[in-house]
Formats: sequence, C-alpha cells, structure tokens
Amino acid sequence: MDAIRADHLKKTFGPVTAVNDVSITVREGEIFGFLGPNGAGKTTTIRLLTGVLTPDVGTVTINGIDIHRHPLEAKMQMGVIPESSTVYGDMTAEQNLQLSGKMYGMPRALREERIIELLSKMGLAEKRRIPVRAFSKGMKQRVSIACAIIHRPKVLFLDEPTSGLDVQSRRLVIDTIRDMNGQGSTIFLTTHNIEEANTLCQTVCIINKGKIVAQESPERLKKMFDTTQSVEVSFDRPVTREMFATEEILRAEQCGDKWRLYTDNPDRALKYLVRRAERESLVITSLTTSGPSLEEAFVQITECA
Amino acid sequence: MMEAPLFLRGILVITGKNIRLYYTKPPVLMFGLLFPLFMFFAFFVGRHLDLVTFFPAFLAMMLFFTASSVAPLITPWEKREKTYERLLSYPVTQDSIIMGDVLAGAIFGIGISFIVWIASTAFVPVLITNPGLFILAFILGTLSCAALGTLLASPASDSPPNVMILSNLIRFPLIFISGIFVPLQQMEGLGLALAYCSPLTYMVDLFNAAMTGISVFSPLVDCSVLAGVSVVFILAGRLIQKRNMIKGM
Repeated sequence: MDAIRADHLKKTFGPVTAVNDVSITVREGEIFGFLGPNGAGKTTTIRLLTGVLTPDVGTVTINGIDIHRHPLEAKMQMGVIPESSTVYGDMTAEQNLQLSGKMYGMPRALREERIIELLSKMGLAEKRRIPVRAFSKGMKQRVSIACAIIHRPKVLFLDEPTSGLDVQSRRLVIDTIRDMNGQGSTIFLTTHNIEEANTLCQTVCIINKGKIVAQESPERLKKMFDTTQSVEVSFDRPVTREMFATEEILRAEQCGDKWRLYTDNPDRALKYLVRRAERESLVITSLTTSGPSLEEAFVQITECA
Repeated sequence: MMEAPLFLRGILVITGKNIRLYYTKPPVLMFGLLFPLFMFFAFFVGRHLDLVTFFPAFLAMMLFFTASSVAPLITPWEKREKTYERLLSYPVTQDSIIMGDVLAGAIFGIGISFIVWIASTAFVPVLITNPGLFILAFILGTLSCAALGTLLASPASDSPPNVMILSNLIRFPLIFISGIFVPLQQMEGLGLALAYCSPLTYMVDLFNAAMTGISVFSPLVDCSVLAGVSVVFILAGRLIQKRNMIKGM
C-alpha cells in the first residue's frame, strides 16, 4: 500500500495558483525528499498533505485513509514537524509532550514512559521542567520533533527540519529521521539542503512554480544531467575569472580560495588548465574532479521549468 | 463512526490546554474579577440603587466579561506563536479548535462568576426564585458570551492588539444598551430597539427571571434567543475562520 498518495492537487489563493495538478506517491517505509526553490509551493503542498489546508481539487490518502473525508483517523497515522519550532513557550518540554500524547489519545502510563524515553534521547531530560521559551532554537526543534513522534507515527512529515540548526542539533534530527525510518515509518521530508536529500532519501521530488518537475531516485536524477561534471582547482596565487575563458569550461564559480569549474569534457578541461598554468607560471596546489551532483540537477531542473 | 470520539477528545484536550495556558494566569484572573467590579462601583456607588434589584444584571455583566475576555485572543496568539499549524496537524479539526475555545471561555466565565456570586451572598441578600432557571441562565449565558468571543477572534490574522480593539469596540457598547445600568422597563425609543438587538439583554432578563421572578420577556424567549445566538456565533465564527485560515500562518 502507498503510505502517501496525492492525486491532482490544486490550491489557489486569490489569483495565485500555489499548487497546480500535483500528484505524489510515497511508498511505505520510504524516505521521500521534497525539494524546490523558495515560493515553489513546498509548504502549501505539505499543508495539503497533512490536512491543514483543503485542496480546491484533488485527493490525499494517508495509508489508504482519505484525509479530507476522515481527517481525524488519517491524522492519527501521522506526525508533523512544521517549518518553525512550533511548541508552546509557556509550557515545559514535559508539558508539551504531555499535550501531544493526550492529543493522540495515549494512555497515561504509556505516555509517561514514552516521554521519559524521548526526553533522554533528545538530550532534554535535565531540562524537562524548564519553560521551552528559555530554550535555544535547536532545543525547541528537538521538543517539536519529540512531540511529533511521541505516538510512533506510521508517516512522518518534516518541513525544513534542519533549517538554521547547529551541527549537533542537525545530527540529532538526521539520526531521529533514520531511526524512525528504521522502525518502519515513512518519511516525507522537505528541505533546502540538497546534500541532506541526497544522502537520506530514496526518492526525490522537485516542485517548481507549483508543479512537480521531476520525481526520481537521487542517482537517476543525477544521471539525467550527467553531461556536466565539475573540477575544483586551486593555485599558489589568486587568479581571475578570465583564466577560465575557454569553450571547455561552461561555468566558473569561486569557492573560497578554490575555483569550481563546470565542464562537459573533463579531459580537455584538465589539459587546458595544465597548459594555462604552465604559461602563467602558476602552480596547481589542488585538483579534484567530481561527477554530476544532485545540486546541479536541481539547479538545471528548476531553471529549465 | 471512529471520528466522533476522536472529535470529542480533541475538544476536551484543547479546552484543557486553553485553560492551562491562557486562563489561569494571574493577570487574566485579576482582570476577570476586577474589571466588572470596578464597572459596578463606577455606576452603582452613590446612586442609592437597590442592590438586590440590580444584582442579576451585575452577575450577567460579570459572566459576559469573563466568558468573552480571552477567547478573541487565542487564535491570533497561536498564529503569531506558530502553534496554530501544529495544533491543526494533530487529530483535530478547525471545528474542534473553535469548540475548545468556546468551552474554555464558558468554563472560565462560570468559574469566576460563581466565585463572585458566592462571595456576594455575604454582602447582598441574594434571592433565587427559580434555581433551575438560574443554572440555565449561567450555562446559556456563558456559552453565548464565549461563542461571541470566538466569533471576535475570527477575522484576525496574527495580531492580538488588533483583535483587542475590535473586541472592546463591540463588547463595551453592549453593556450600556443591555439593561445593566438602566433597567429595560425604563428604556424607550432607540435605546429599547438597540437593547432588543443585544444578546446580553436576554441574559440579563433571564437572570432577573431566575433571581427576582420579574422579567420583560418570557424565560422561554430568553433561553431560545441565547441558544440561537450561540449557534449563530459559532457557525459564523467557523465560516470566517475557515476563510481566514491561512492569514497569519
């Protein structure tokens, strides 16, 4: 059975069509990445999938339950982590989790047991009785995640869960996603972090201007754009962009003290670089080549659309 | 079939959350008690009025202010704090949230007014000629006021101050046209016509019927109007909140 199935979703706000004919299928147990530039319709889509908004046209089912006909039954199946750390600041971490557990109808004993487990896992056991408003952004996000997974949902929606977090909190979020998926939960993840999607997701879906423009595994998406590869090079002294003005190099981007060069013929690009360095009496201090990246695929897809 | 218990549970959990988060704060409790008390002193002290006659109206005013005080702020506040979206992602609907807001306001209104009523019996020889009607007045009165509070929250986005302005703009004039400070029997012309339009008038009248046995309308009319406006306020609030759902989120 499909864990999430959306058919021909459309949502307009006045004259603006935020989501237009979006169909998505997420298999049970999958980590599904949902990418798109700002304003592409990611948040509206996730709100339609989680029953926060009602579509003008189209249907959504969660584990076979129509979320707009049976919203409460469907919502019992899922946990949602919205974009901002949406927890009650005047409540403690423990009280926030109590509220979540009650919302999902968990019996008291089970709720207490799960709260202890989650607070310890999220590194918040010591601060369980402090109002959440005193927490850092990362700690609030951990409470938010704990609230969403307290009932061990079959489907977990995460909207930009690692946005603006420090490294430790980010790792904890990623580990929790992997852990939940390992326990059988289906994960629907929207993110700006292409690398995150590349390493976590089995399927990546790209939305642009309210429409789905690609839905493939990260590797297949990369292969679709495998004509472009990149070369990273650095020299013993600074050079200008003019250095890379040749037809072998499609684009050059300065990244710190290095240059990233995009080419469809790495062999000829490397030969050109070596010749040019010799002519200019430059020493190449580092040189790496890499295959097509998901980021490149994402940029090309969203630029094409 | 499975949805009904989930719906009721959602209402109860939201009610508990609202009472804990928004109503049991010392400033809210103090304001709920002090404001109607000051209004009472401002209008009754020095006018040599019969307290027993005016007490039902005072009780109605108390119920009106407490039950409709916080409900207008809950939705805008939750939208501002971004907890509204989280709330909607739980197994609840917008209807559960509205009913939870109404119920929390109603419980707060009854609680505070009941304390005042008990405390007042020490100073004022309060009569209750019809206890059944008195309980009904409490229930229908608090429900209609809490429903009004929820309706006042409906047009809001995420700005509690804007809602407070709208809320006070509507609530304050109502207490002057509803037979609280000037009995309905003494009103005439435009004043009386306006009084007929205010749901608070019927609440005051119902308390009068229950406590003194004297009323302008029959208790059946008062009860029907209060039940009717409660339903209308809730349905109108639901409609407007659905339209404004995305505002402020």
